[in-house]
Amino acid sequence: MPEPIIAVEGLFKSYNSNGVTVEAVRGLSFAVQEGEVFGLLGPNGAGKTTTVEILEGMRTPDRGTARVCGLDPEKAGAEFKQKIGAVLQSTSLPDKLRVKEALDLFANFYTSRADTESLLKRFQLEEKRNAFYSHLSGGQKQRLALAMALVNNPQVVFLDEPTAGLDPQVRREIYDIIAELRKDKKTVLITTHYIEEAERLCDRVAIVDYGRIIKTGSPRELKHSSAGTTRIEVRLARPLTNGVLSTLEGVADCRDFDGTYVLHSTLPPRTIVALVKHLEAENNELQSLEMFSPSLEDVFIELTGRRLRD
Amino acid sequence: MASHVVANTWTLTKIRVLLAMRNRTFLFFSLFMPLGFLFFFVMVFSKGDSPWTAFILGSILTMTVMGSFWGLSVQLVTFRETGILRRFRLAPVGAGPMLASSILANYILVVPSAAIEILVTKWVLHMQSWGNLWAMFLLITVGSAAFSAFGLIVASVTNTMQETQVINQIIWTAFLFLSGATVPLARFPHWIQGASLFIPATYLATGLQFAATNLATLGEIATDFAALALGLVVAFEISRQLFRWEPEAKVPGRAKLWVLAALIPFVAFGIYENVAGHRLNRVRQDFQMLDSRDAPAPPSDVH
Repeated sequence: MPEPIIAVEGLFKSYNSNGVTVEAVRGLSFAVQEGEVFGLLGPNGAGKTTTVEILEGMRTPDRGTARVCGLDPEKAGAEFKQKIGAVLQSTSLPDKLRVKEALDLFANFYTSRADTESLLKRFQLEEKRNAFYSHLSGGQKQRLALAMALVNNPQVVFLDEPTAGLDPQVRREIYDIIAELRKDKKTVLITTHYIEEAERLCDRVAIVDYGRIIKTGSPRELKHSSAGTTRIEVRLARPLTNGVLSTLEGVADCRDFDGTYVLHSTLPPRTIVALVKHLEAENNELQSLEMFSPSLEDVFIELTGRRLRD
Repeated sequence: MASHVVANTWTLTKIRVLLAMRNRTFLFFSLFMPLGFLFFFVMVFSKGDSPWTAFILGSILTMTVMGSFWGLSVQLVTFRETGILRRFRLAPVGAGPMLASSILANYILVVPSAAIEILVTKWVLHMQSWGNLWAMFLLITVGSAAFSAFGLIVASVTNTMQETQVINQIIWTAFLFLSGATVPLARFPHWIQGASLFIPATYLATGLQFAATNLATLGEIATDFAALALGLVVAFEISRQLFRWEPEAKVPGRAKLWVLAALIPFVAFGIYENVAGHRLNRVRQDFQMLDSRDAPAPPSDVH
């Protein structure tokens, strides 16, 4: 097994917020191989951004070690920064900086420089090359951020919630770009709380919650490791107690998330028939019913008892 | 390594100059407003081509140079609060080039403004002589850098834009009214004149006023130059030490005491000038000379 390009061992980081200590990262360990797209999947506040910012050299861990490209991100300084590219979760550029100027400016800081004209073309920013940063849409700003992350032909690219807050169409555009990076065999570490993103883009995913990794594997492995149940989400005219639904035929698990009952069933057709019969007997009605094949969301619910967006 | 620092500083300087040229507010405050004040003061206080026109030019140049203080502190805090500095932090750029480039870019922008003010005063407002241009150039150079560095310190020790504006307002008012930049220093009571020698702006204002009126030789502004140069070195190093990339990285209260360290050179120069220096005497004498040139001729004896 070759030496991992990213190696994290026993990472801890806490913050002091108004006199209260918040443990953001609690003993995180993982390794990423060269050319791999690795995802940290978890809800907001799980410690994903803190972990990535430690790996980018922007934060100091309390304990544990982190190595990227064989270097300590915090101590290696400029040599380390030459090797990485990143899209930060919250960042900006001066309003009156033009798109092409931004790319050229950042390219100038590096010894290895990508052709900024090609980047404009690749990220569909050619028409916006002379536009001020303040005149760009959210999607265009994010495409520029991605282009800027590649101006130095980095060995490792960190993408912290690259599609957060973007509309579905722009999100799909960004997915295509990341898929291209995957094809180019770039090492990418991506954080996300979107199931679709992790399933579609990552070779391997680490599910993170409360600063800890609770499971790691390829999306397929993770889904197979779950109970193999189908998720059925129902909303009813009148609420029921959970206990009743969990007794229906085929139901392995049932949870109530703010009036939406999430049932995991090993026999979905029979569960639905039993559900309808039960509602008729109770003089209750179905408002909606949706079925989902097993996803990483189900794995997350199984492991934590919560939904990712909670 | 050193060549990288120089190259990054120059890259950042060029982009900062470009961004400033696209900023209408900057152009208004750094060019049009000082010119407006110049015309206004000359029309109100100067009579025709009297030496007062040159004296007023010295004051306007002082305000133009001191503007660096306000502009840079606000810019750095804005960059930090909006997350722009975070993006630069990811690149192989250190705090030194970030700060040095803002000082250098500011200097590149101040020099043409000052030149326009001098040319307008000479050609449009009919200033009698050019003054001591070399002395003016040296004071503008070191003054612009020193006041930029003071602004960077303010940005480093304040946590929010609101805090920055309040502190700037207090310091700016003191600089403007106690240094002789607006009211000639010689008009103040002696105890205020003594106190003004502890303020960096006094060295810039008196130096530029007497360089413009041609009452000072290059050697006579050596103290002004030295005080500002020393202030620049100390202020730059303090701002580099206190520099923060992250908006949430708040500066601890005790770090603010470092600001006092930036004043040490001026405390030293202030004590020296009050105890053994001749600056205030020179200021009063030069001012009297200006005033007497302007005074009406004494009435002739009637026989």
